Amino acid sequence: MFEYCVNPDTLSGLSWLSCYLTTGKHLSFYASFGTVLILLAITAPIALGFGFGGAAMARSHLFPIRWLGKVYISIVRGVPDIAFFMFFVIALDQGLEFIRHHALCPDWTDPIRQGNDFLVCSAAKLPLNTSPQWVHEMYGFSLAVVTFAIVFGAFAANVLYGAMNSVPKAQIETASAYGMTKRQTFWRIIVPQMWLFALPGLSNLWMVLIKATPLLFLLGVEDIVYWARELGGTKHERFTDYPHGDWRMWYFLALLVFYLGFTKVSEVVLNHWMKRLSRGQATAEGEALRRAAS
Amino acid sequence: MSCVQTIYDYGLRSIGIGERLLPTTDFTLCQQFTLIGSGLIWNVYFGVIALTAGFVLANLLALGKASSNPWLRKPSDWFIFLFRGSPLFIQFFFAYFLFLSLRSSIEFFEPFTAAWLGATIVLFLNTSAYAGEIFYGALRSVPKGDSEAADAFGFSGFKKFRIITWPSMIRLAWPAYTNEAIFLFHATTLVFFSGFPAWRQQGDALYYAIYFADKTFNPFIPYPILAAYFILLTLLVIGLFGLVNKRLNRHLPKETRTKIRYRPKIIR
Repeated sequence: MFEYCVNPDTLSGLSWLSCYLTTGKHLSFYASFGTVLILLAITAPIALGFGFGGAAMARSHLFPIRWLGKVYISIVRGVPDIAFFMFFVIALDQGLEFIRHHALCPDWTDPIRQGNDFLVCSAAKLPLNTSPQWVHEMYGFSLAVVTFAIVFGAFAANVLYGAMNSVPKAQIETASAYGMTKRQTFWRIIVPQMWLFALPGLSNLWMVLIKATPLLFLLGVEDIVYWARELGGTKHERFTDYPHGDWRMWYFLALLVFYLGFTKVSEVVLNHWMKRLSRGQATAEGEALRRAAS
Repeated sequence: MSCVQTIYDYGLRSIGIGERLLPTTDFTLCQQFTLIGSGLIWNVYFGVIALTAGFVLANLLALGKASSNPWLRKPSDWFIFLFRGSPLFIQFFFAYFLFLSLRSSIEFFEPFTAAWLGATIVLFLNTSAYAGEIFYGALRSVPKGDSEAADAFGFSGFKKFRIITWPSMIRLAWPAYTNEAIFLFHATTLVFFSGFPAWRQQGDALYYAIYFADKTFNPFIPYPILAAYFILLTLLVIGLFGLVNKRLNRHLPKETRTKIRYRPKIIR
């Protein structure tokens, strides 16, 4: 990176460190922090969408739909989350290939599951064997996003379901007295008012989502955990210009500090939002704000 | 091979008793049930030790955080923030590599790099922090009347704490603490993913579930088995903690008793 880095053997102290920390691999390491942030930015809205769908389904008047929504919420919560992450990545992959297999190769007669193998025709493979490397990486990342969205969607569904039920009953009764249909009541009365009740749960969920991002590593994405293990391991002089011992401890210490900082900043920002939203509301928080002002 | 024979061979495989070699071909449903169940021994071990030891430290942390002395309050605050503010996954990794580098200079740290001790310590500290925060919240919501009544009866100091404040604190905290316990058991599945090696393929339930999913390339059997085991474990924890909750609330009229509701904090 810097000009004096041409010959690392002659360097020492801080200048060595400045060269070491700006090698190509380290730049990839810093970029992987971006991967984590991108994952958060994409997943959070999708998970919220899943959650909204799940909560709306759990409130449905049709028995099968309500049942589906409730099962979605409760199964995901009863089982260790890592099991879900491991399960969905393979299950989604195989499900997609299975569907494509039936659509693209209808004249294929061999069974798909042969003993311990899962065989589909080569046109149904995802991603295609011929596709470039970045497609493979994007596919892996998309699977990770969908998996996160499914799991966190269930948590969000639970929060939103609770929030929809906390909208005061009088509001709903008034709406029906005015002759609104169930659908109108839902969209015009419940949905606009539920956010205040949902915010504490959702902000808790955001913190949880931040802390779940290291699990990207389990899904095979080259994230910060991957790079910390990769870069921290013992490096011999034969393979690198910057030999060092086992420094994984220090890399993971850096990750620990990163996460602590991130959760702290989120906490401060979310508290600020909660104050803004509570202004003028008939809740304990809003009442406290009013008292403090007068 | 009959199922009884399989249970005999693999029932205690996760703690090194029975057949050394894991099955490699022709996996039966019985083998999957037995091995994943065998792995559950580790999850229960980690959970029970961490919870028991963590309960004591959590009480101290809650008292420290509520203390007016900054020398007690600040360390408790920081401890709780450190363990609640960072992912458990990263804590496992950091602790493992920390123990590794300590081992290379000090012989004493040899067993710390094994999961049975190293991971238990991390889980213990982690659950202490979460439970400490729960107890702190409960301590602050102990009714003022209880304390005033205790004063009126001439209680003071440690005796007042032991007989009046502490039982109330535990009673108020218990429903939330139940969820913390359930969640801790779920968190034990992270151990063998985070650096801590499974010695001689002696792993926990998830370790074996992944083993089968990898070998058969079929996630639809081992993971539901794992899920079923964990749902049973969750029900067992709720049952046991419910009994304690009943005893804690036995002096109260029915309507005012605190109820346990299943509300885990999801991921740590």
